[in-house]
Amino acid sequence: MTELFIQACYLAASLLFILGLRGLGDPRKARRGLLLAELGMLAAVVGTLLHHEIVSYTWIAVGAVVGSVLGAWLSLKIPMTLMPERIAFSHAFGGLAVALVGIAEYDHLGAAMNGLQLGATGFEVVLGALTFTGSIMAFGKLQGFIPGKPVTFRGQNLLNGVAIVSTLALVTALVLQPENPVWFWSALALALLIGVTLVLPIGGADMPVVICLLNSYAGLAAAATGFALKNNVLIICGALDGGSGFILGMIMSKAMNRSFSNVLFGAFGATPAAAAAGGADSGPAPKVADLEDAVDVLRAARSVIVVPGYGMAVSQAQHAIRELAAVLKAGGAEVRYAIHPVAGRMPGHMNVLLAEANIPYDQLYDLDAINDDFPATDVALVVGANDVVNPAAKDDPASPIFGMPVLAADAARSCIVLKRSLNPGFAGIENKLFVADNTMLVLGDAKKTIIGFTQALKEH
Amino acid sequence: MTELMESVVFGLYIFTLAAIVGYQVIGRVPHLLHTPLMAATNAIGGISLVGSMVAAGADRGTVSTVLGTIAVAAASLNVVGGFVITDRMLRMFKADQDRGKGGGR
Repeated sequence: MTELFIQACYLAASLLFILGLRGLGDPRKARRGLLLAELGMLAAVVGTLLHHEIVSYTWIAVGAVVGSVLGAWLSLKIPMTLMPERIAFSHAFGGLAVALVGIAEYDHLGAAMNGLQLGATGFEVVLGALTFTGSIMAFGKLQGFIPGKPVTFRGQNLLNGVAIVSTLALVTALVLQPENPVWFWSALALALLIGVTLVLPIGGADMPVVICLLNSYAGLAAAATGFALKNNVLIICGALDGGSGFILGMIMSKAMNRSFSNVLFGAFGATPAAAAAGGADSGPAPKVADLEDAVDVLRAARSVIVVPGYGMAVSQAQHAIRELAAVLKAGGAEVRYAIHPVAGRMPGHMNVLLAEANIPYDQLYDLDAINDDFPATDVALVVGANDVVNPAAKDDPASPIFGMPVLAADAARSCIVLKRSLNPGFAGIENKLFVADNTMLVLGDAKKTIIGFTQALKEH
Repeated sequence: MTELMESVVFGLYIFTLAAIVGYQVIGRVPHLLHTPLMAATNAIGGISLVGSMVAAGADRGTVSTVLGTIAVAAASLNVVGGFVITDRMLRMFKADQDRGKGGGR
């Protein structure tokens, strides 16, 4: 009877999770959806508390209180600009939890497990462990304590390939020879290492794909746990979570014109870096403009499209942008925002920052929705974006980003680019937009420049 | 079919169907909400709490209790933290017409 109740709880949880995620399809229903997902988690926890093997609630309570308090505190305090770090951090914890459950399970049952349990536990621990170290690496790169530039060496992909194949071989050996714990522990050690070597060659601009990939791995690890424990709610959540990361990864890689296999095996990041050399000082010089020149252009504009990039997040310019937009609108101009899918360091990064600055989401436009409007626009204001507005992606087959869909900021009547310095962007790729005739560069901190614009516009 | 095979096949059924449902549902989430989606799936991924609780609460020796307790802490950090931050983000998303009415719950 208890078992039936537990299964009913798990079924309810699974349904509530699916309905909750469905809610996220519409910003007006999203919070209600989230509430359903929360109820789902409650149902799953209540069901599990009745599990026949649980004899003491002491340590469960200790862990739950510590984790919940830390989690709530962290989530309430953390600034929105640190969201990519926050997400990477939680992937690490997700991977850790799964890996630890697997290790505990192996420690408890060991050779008494059947083949399915052994294989599933093996995958669970491997995926959990590589998600853990991989996410810590991603976190480190985002925070800057691990070099954000791609760290590459000869034979890297070969090494990673060998490591992945060896790990699979070790899991197979574990299934065939469960009494030998060496297989288990070597697979665990190798997986921890793979997490490091997989993320090491990834550059900052490719971070959105990596974060999605780690999201997917964390989900698959949870699904493997479900197979090991014969628990359907784990399998379902794992499939949802893994699928979500996979879909987002596909969207991201499509937006960067990379093939998905390229993404799956972590071979990305190397291409732009390799092609970066050469041609850095050839070609026309960019037109560096004063603040006043740019203000004159803005004052005359009837329509403005703001194109934010990672630079906006770095200088935290989103609030300043809102104020500038208010002044421009008061002067009769139309202001919209063009968001490239890979702008920033994770999917939807720019949207969250602009929402934080209280910019209504119906003024934010996806690439496809706004790209044709640039030619009829007076000013494209590029705030710390680079690759996503590089026209070379459209017309230069030699460019490493050729074929990537980009925002046509160069098609606007004039383009104002806010940039920290004249150095090339992260990927080191030259950007013809910056040297185009109708482009003016305003150098300096984006937030300060925008505040300067706003003040100058108000004075007249 | 052996009992073992049966449970593998049964598990794969569930996994495949859930993955298809997930594909349909998540494919419909707009770019706008991709960050909240990631945070929400993080929270839901905290379902490993289910396995962690059993490891921490069952009578399986010290190793299981210690690892289980750490796992419960890590998973509940994701569950509670993930839901709190997703809600914090979603509250910020407002359309022009519902200005001043608060979020859309």
